[in-house]
Amino acid sequence: MTAHTHTGTPTRSTGSLAAGIEARAATGALAGAGNKMDAKGVKVFYGAKQALKGIDLEIPDRQVTALIGPSGCGKSTFLRCLNRMNDTIGIARVEGLITLDGQDIYDREIDPVQLRARVGMVFQKPNPFPKSIYDNIAYGPRIHGLASGRDEMDEIVAKSLQRAGLWNEVKDRLKEPGTGLSGGQQQRLCIARAVAVSPEVILMDEPCSALDPIATAHVEELIDELRENYTIVIVTHNMQQAARVSQRTAFFHLGDMVEVGDTEDIFTNPRDERTQGYITGRYG
Amino acid sequence: MPVTLFLAVLAALSFAGFQLGRSRAVASAGGRLSSLHSVPTYHGFYVAMWVGLPALILFAVWGGLEGSIVNAMVRASLPASMTALSPQEINLIMVDVHNLAYGNISSRVADPALLAAAEHYKHLRSIGDGALAVLMLAAAGMGLQYARQRIQPGLRARNQVEKVVTVFLILCSLVAILTTVGIVLSLLFEAIRFFNKVPPLDFLFGLQWSPQTAIRADQVASDGAFGAVPLFTGTLLIATIAMAVAVPLGLMSAIYMSEYAPPRVRGTVKPILEILAGIPTVVYGFFAALTMAPFVRDVGQSLGLSVSSESALAAGVVMGVMIIPFVSSLSDDIINAVPQSLRDGSYGLGATRSETIRQVVLPAALPGIVGGILLAVSRAIGETMIVVMAAGLAANLSGNPLDAVSTVTVQIATLLVGDQEFDSAKTLSAFGLGLVLFTVTLCLNIIALRVVRKYREQYD
Ligand SMILES: Nc1ncnc2c1ncn2[C@@H]1O[C@H](COP(=O)(O)OP(=O)(O)OP(=O)(O)O)[C@@H](O)[C@H]1O
Ligand SMILES: [Mg+2]
Repeated sequence: MTAHTHTGTPTRSTGSLAAGIEARAATGALAGAGNKMDAKGVKVFYGAKQALKGIDLEIPDRQVTALIGPSGCGKSTFLRCLNRMNDTIGIARVEGLITLDGQDIYDREIDPVQLRARVGMVFQKPNPFPKSIYDNIAYGPRIHGLASGRDEMDEIVAKSLQRAGLWNEVKDRLKEPGTGLSGGQQQRLCIARAVAVSPEVILMDEPCSALDPIATAHVEELIDELRENYTIVIVTHNMQQAARVSQRTAFFHLGDMVEVGDTEDIFTNPRDERTQGYITGRYG
Repeated sequence: MPVTLFLAVLAALSFAGFQLGRSRAVASAGGRLSSLHSVPTYHGFYVAMWVGLPALILFAVWGGLEGSIVNAMVRASLPASMTALSPQEINLIMVDVHNLAYGNISSRVADPALLAAAEHYKHLRSIGDGALAVLMLAAAGMGLQYARQRIQPGLRARNQVEKVVTVFLILCSLVAILTTVGIVLSLLFEAIRFFNKVPPLDFLFGLQWSPQTAIRADQVASDGAFGAVPLFTGTLLIATIAMAVAVPLGLMSAIYMSEYAPPRVRGTVKPILEILAGIPTVVYGFFAALTMAPFVRDVGQSLGLSVSSESALAAGVVMGVMIIPFVSSLSDDIINAVPQSLRDGSYGLGATRSETIRQVVLPAALPGIVGGILLAVSRAIGETMIVVMAAGLAANLSGNPLDAVSTVTVQIATLLVGDQEFDSAKTLSAFGLGLVLFTVTLCLNIIALRVVRKYREQYD
């Protein structure tokens, strides 16, 4: 861990978290309409090297947005801007405007710690904590004080595991270490862990790259269900997956966003020839 | 000196063999190097091995036997007046013969018989050297011939060379292992001698330690009491104080360095801490005896406590300072080995840095840190110099950190310093203590290494 560039004071007031949840309830009325997040002219530098060259992307509420593009084009970098995970990389510098429900997330007022409770993240490699399955899920709710008692916590854990489609497999072994699960189960555990803090947006960076086809199908089903309650941004290298799970697709290339549109359109009728080349497998 | 000459010649021959083997292998491949089973260099090593090794083995065997054979022959040729003497005296005479032969000063007036024996000795030695040279050359030549003939593309030269290298490496590690075994055995035998004089139970559970015994019958001295409990408690007390200082400070600085410090600070603080680890313990001892102990005494007195001028507290605190870098650099490594992905996972859920450290990083690193601390404890128990200088020699049975106490290592050091009689219980008791110390630190190290290894497996 190195020094933060953006990190504000790492304190947390549940007040503003609650405000966020209320705001979400308000926008819930016009489900599907409006943008949950909005990026304008986002540039990212790693030291002197520019990784993103000005990205404009709207992320609609309660939809799945897929980010595709060749390796090294900046998909993960962009994803990490959305919950300020880039703050944990010492040399990373972010420019431009990113809003969540109309509020600039790089504003001085915003505490990245609170932001990450609202914008959760699932990583490419499953990374369960070396704790029991139960404690893995309870970790987030505990630090955010989401449960007022033992029973409530049990309920959150059970519900999150059910959401992630893992409940039936682990309900009898909640006390066993999370690291003892199979790769696919671990990844679903990580998704359950992210869901447990009831974020508004879930960012997934190649969540299926370490999984077999069956586990992948599980996770895709899960994403489809989560869409009802959450806004999802997913990075994937698998074109079929992007086509299956997402409503909107953005194509990244060499730090630029080349094209964005409804998934249907992008896959049937791409406007840019680079997009066409990539999705038909001519390169990348 | 013929030895260096022999070896130089042998090395040159092996080198020539290497060149020859390599070029012959190239030639035998007929331009298609890929048809060789092993690359030409291995053929070179193969020939060099056959040239060098048999001759070297011959040289070693000869070196081991020649001396005693020549000695026996010279001894047989001594005049009857000398062979009639006792074995010890004959040995002395043989020493003189050696000295005369090599032009050293001998202890007695050279009589003609002795001079003749020396001449005889020199003569035999030179014959032996000559014979060795011839034999070694022959062995090298035969090896060369044999290896040369076997060079052909299909020769598995690489496998054979590597087999020899393996054997060589095994021999090297055997030396280290056998040395250790030897040390343990000598410790054990001396300790057994001690336990013949003092029953083990008295030693392990006795409450009185005063090892002074009368060496001569007319001396006035106590009878000697060999109850080691005061030493064990003293060791424990000082080690506990040391760990109480070292563990919190070391761990905190490790956490600061690995999780909070900006790279620039880390870049300066870490080397400084490591320099601390390089200071000889004697220097820490000065500091403990001249600065820390008086300071503790003065502070104690101003608080109205009676503090002896050599206190366990002073020694323990300084020892703790000595161990800080050990604890901190081990913990730092272990904390750094916790995968970044775990931290990312925690931050991704909206955890703060301190929550992440307390609830994810430290629990994940805990087994490794415990292992590191156990290693540090075994260092604290084995440390001698600081305690010798700061804690004193009085083997008091006391749990009060302001008293003077003594430790196992200090007693071993003082028991063996100076001229000693090696069969008195006093001297032998050092080996008894040594055995206990060895057993305890060995157990600690085994447990610690197990814990650390188990932890490593978790993330590899
Ligand atoms: N921590 C970092 N330090 C320096 N450069 C980085 C860092 N992370 C990413 N980069 C650089 O930024 C560019 C974009 O990387 P990014 O990880 O966003 O690519 P990606 O699109 O996610 O690729 P992939 O599909 O292989 O995961 C790359 O050129 C990469 O080398
Ligand atoms: Mg990536």
